[in-house]
Amino acid sequence: MSTTRTILICSGKGGVGKTTTTANLGIALARQGAKTVVLDADFGLRNLDLLLGLENRIVYTAQEVLAETCRLEQALVKHKQEPNLALLPAGNPRMLEWLKPKDMQAIVALLERQFDYVLIDCPAGIEDGFKNAAAAAREAVVITTPEVAAVRDADRVIGLLNTQGVQPVQLVLNRVRPKMMSNQEMLSVDDVTDILALPLLGLVFEDEQVIVSTNRGEPLTLSDSSSPAAQAYGNIAQRLQGEDVPLMDPSQARRGLRAKMRKLMQTRIF
Amino acid sequence: MTVKEFIDKLLRRQPASAETAKERLQLVLAHDRSDLNPELLEQMRREILEVVARYVEIDLAEGDVSLETEDRVTALVANLPIRRPIAQPAKVETSEQQPAQA
Repeated sequence: MSTTRTILICSGKGGVGKTTTTANLGIALARQGAKTVVLDADFGLRNLDLLLGLENRIVYTAQEVLAETCRLEQALVKHKQEPNLALLPAGNPRMLEWLKPKDMQAIVALLERQFDYVLIDCPAGIEDGFKNAAAAAREAVVITTPEVAAVRDADRVIGLLNTQGVQPVQLVLNRVRPKMMSNQEMLSVDDVTDILALPLLGLVFEDEQVIVSTNRGEPLTLSDSSSPAAQAYGNIAQRLQGEDVPLMDPSQARRGLRAKMRKLMQTRIF
Repeated sequence: MTVKEFIDKLLRRQPASAETAKERLQLVLAHDRSDLNPELLEQMRREILEVVARYVEIDLAEGDVSLETEDRVTALVANLPIRRPIAQPAKVETSEQQPAQA
């Protein structure tokens, strides 16, 4: 019996931060000393390689591993700055035509032999791509944002995960805007956890640095960045490892005086 | 936020949108989770009222059958105000006399 944690990172809706979360959690776990592999299960629209800055180092993919035309070690791309992290790239989009749940299970079984954590970056949607990825996972982290469409789609995914027996399923609330929440113009943390009835693994504040880091292909958790999102992902990784880290409080989010002044200057009076 | 919007909110001319979002989500999720569309629900509502009306005189205008969700469990909640029991209930095999809450 393997002690590897195989975790599906999924959301239902696209664009809520699955791949960003996978990249940042992967790096954070690796930095905390866990041997971690991130598996890009989004064969149609792969991007995990790009966010990790590994896009130019891909030689083989999951496809060649499955076809046994290369060894797993040849396909794995090791991160140069963080050697505890490896990427198994997604294969050709044409794989979608024949890929079955048992194929994903076979890939994951290979990875579980040598890693502590297998993070699966799930495609958006609830079709075959999702089902293949979910079949290989033991537990799941559902990413959502405090928006109606994202929460609704997350609910569909949670229902499917429950029927597949994936357990535990935890929630990450991404792109939280503390100011909008305090003005009650955004669903609160409690609203979302009440509606979805999942334990909250973490919340991540909206943070411009995320875009900067993806531009560079260097996840925020790679450096000791003090940006809110970097801290949030670090905290989530620690909680996954079983540490008790308090959740961030949106109402306590610090807003610098300068930022406040700038906002004031831009406020339309009428 | 402009001053106008602020005053609107202060005077509660419009509820904060988070509350609206929550209410809309709860409703749509109750339907998503039960896989019942509004049309089927309406048909079920009519049939339930028909059955209950055989036993008790109910206020059809006030009667309400809806889906409610809590902790991922969806319940069908029927709230049917009873005017008075019908003296001679229709001959259907049942022992329950107060199917007011389903």
